[in-house]
Amino acid sequence: MGKKSLRNKKNNKSGGESYSSSDFPFLWSFKNKLFNSGLFLAGITVILIVAGIFVSLIIASLPSIKEFGIDFLFSTKWNPVIEKFGALPFLVGTLLTSFLALAICIPFSLAISILLGEYFTEGWFASLVKTLTELLAGIPSVIYGFWGMFFLVPVVRYLENVIGVQPYGIGIFTSSLILAIMIIPYSASLGRDVIEMVPSEYKEAAYSLGATRFEVIKKIILPYSRSGIFAGIILALGRAVGETMAVTMLIGNSNKMPDSIFSPGNTMASVIANEFNESTFELYTSSLIEIGAVLFIVTIVINLVGKYIIKKFEVET
Amino acid sequence: MKKLLILILSLALAVMMFSCGSNKKGDSKAQKSSQGGTKLTAAGASFPYPLYDKMFKNYSQQNDIQINYRPIGSGGGIRQIKNKIVDFAGTDAFIKDKQMKNVDGNILHIPTCIGAVVVSYNVDIGNASLKLTSDVLADIFLGNITKWNDPAIKKINPKADLPDQEITVVHRADGSGTTFIFSDYLSKVSNEWRTKVGAGKSLSWPVGLGGKANAGVAGLIKQQPGSIGYVEYIYAKQNNLPVSVIQNKSGNYVSPSVKSCSKAAEIDIPKDTRVTITNTDAPQGYPITSFTWLVLYKEQNYGSNTLKKTQAKLDLLWWMIHDGQKYTKQLDYAPLPENAIKRAEKILKSVTFDGKKVLEK
Repeated sequence: MGKKSLRNKKNNKSGGESYSSSDFPFLWSFKNKLFNSGLFLAGITVILIVAGIFVSLIIASLPSIKEFGIDFLFSTKWNPVIEKFGALPFLVGTLLTSFLALAICIPFSLAISILLGEYFTEGWFASLVKTLTELLAGIPSVIYGFWGMFFLVPVVRYLENVIGVQPYGIGIFTSSLILAIMIIPYSASLGRDVIEMVPSEYKEAAYSLGATRFEVIKKIILPYSRSGIFAGIILALGRAVGETMAVTMLIGNSNKMPDSIFSPGNTMASVIANEFNESTFELYTSSLIEIGAVLFIVTIVINLVGKYIIKKFEVET
Repeated sequence: MKKLLILILSLALAVMMFSCGSNKKGDSKAQKSSQGGTKLTAAGASFPYPLYDKMFKNYSQQNDIQINYRPIGSGGGIRQIKNKIVDFAGTDAFIKDKQMKNVDGNILHIPTCIGAVVVSYNVDIGNASLKLTSDVLADIFLGNITKWNDPAIKKINPKADLPDQEITVVHRADGSGTTFIFSDYLSKVSNEWRTKVGAGKSLSWPVGLGGKANAGVAGLIKQQPGSIGYVEYIYAKQNNLPVSVIQNKSGNYVSPSVKSCSKAAEIDIPKDTRVTITNTDAPQGYPITSFTWLVLYKEQNYGSNTLKKTQAKLDLLWWMIHDGQKYTKQLDYAPLPENAIKRAEKILKSVTFDGKKVLEK
């Protein structure tokens, strides 16, 4: 009875209708069924699309899988002229840029999460920082690429001159910097949400026992929200792994194993974007598609590992 | 909530009406053209696209014909002609015998103009252009010469004040006909390059950074002090990039220009014009040049092709290698020299429909 009247109340409030569908049980159940099957269909579609993408990637990369086998993943040679293809430089490039970007991004996004989730939960400053952080996610990656080329590259080149490595300016480190900026909003906004959700009873209890603010953050807030924070980090990592345009513009597109984080390299997404258009023979095309399949698998593995850790981190309340 | 729904619905309606309206327009246009003129579709190399675009526009103003050329790249063009999706295709690199094997039919190459690849650099050596020999160029791109004040560079640029600076090589990151022409040249002039790297649209580069497209390479050159890279001649010219003067086979230092590029093709060309003209024998020719071709089937009776369409196609190609050539210079492309036109004429005349020759000229 209570539920029903609540529904009626809501309907009256929002729509101003004189009667609601709940007055006609048959209609209500029909609508319900329609809604349920709609949801079910959407779910099935997602499964079909993901499975379809994976299967078609594997089928299209069969020629390359047959030719190179498992060596494809461990060979550092990528030479279209002699038709030898190995994906290791790109695999390493992708993982190196993504994890480096993550390492750079974590302190900043964590700080922003705590700032917005604990210190400034409302007011103009909070909304300013929040809006700007979210704005970062909306900037097209080609603009990050341009900005990186004209601003970040000279800065990194200066830095490289100071520490005495070959001053290219572009390379893995520069790409990681730009990626870090690009992925901050993903981890920061999720982190802020979970930090805000920490029950105030716990915090107040800690304060009443004489804990300082830092101790509350360290002992109550972070442990409580760590699984959510980590989920944000995984989301950010997924984004970094697949990023193409900005990385292509800044990484130097050298299809060799990088010697250091300052040397030019290439990523899986970037080499596909660069070379797919003019891949003139079958083995070349299918090798590029196999890289796509590897990228797909890497993304899945990261997500699965992430899920596992998130589960482990969950606080039992 | 309701308001939002109404808004979305009305938006959807507006979009539908708009698309319906434009559809109708397109239909009537298509009808018009199918009643009258011929419609040709083509795709391929993006390098000659500005020239083709201009040629096709002018040609279709004088003739009842519609030509649609999509600049999707040479590789895509060849794929589409192989699958007989397009009436003809454009390519910067001729189709090799090995690739020809799995083609159903005989493909002919018609050269349309000449493109060149220039070497641009970012090093302060005063007013004069940087001079390069083929050996030095190969050594720089192989990573054997790493400093600007290397004795080998100094020897050929005695007056230039070359700094003690690292050389940064910049190359194309995307597969490109420009890379093919450049590496084809280096393979011809350097044994080490041929055995270690070879020629192709994408290479396993020994050293350097990759930039996407001409603009990406030019951007990197501009940004990196001490860099050197290669771009299309037209791109360099229109963006006023410094270009180096290169010693050709006859020992002359030649700077790239429309004239010296045309000159490069004044050599003995094989009957099917499938030849790379890099490292030309022509004494005044710029050494890093190449034809760009349109390719079509020798036997035109396939699919839904008609004799009328074939006639229109051949008339267009004939016009392109004759009257159409006047548009090359204004767009900074090098026109075909006489000997190449003669070869192209013969090839066009050899096209058949159902075994019978089509072009009577």
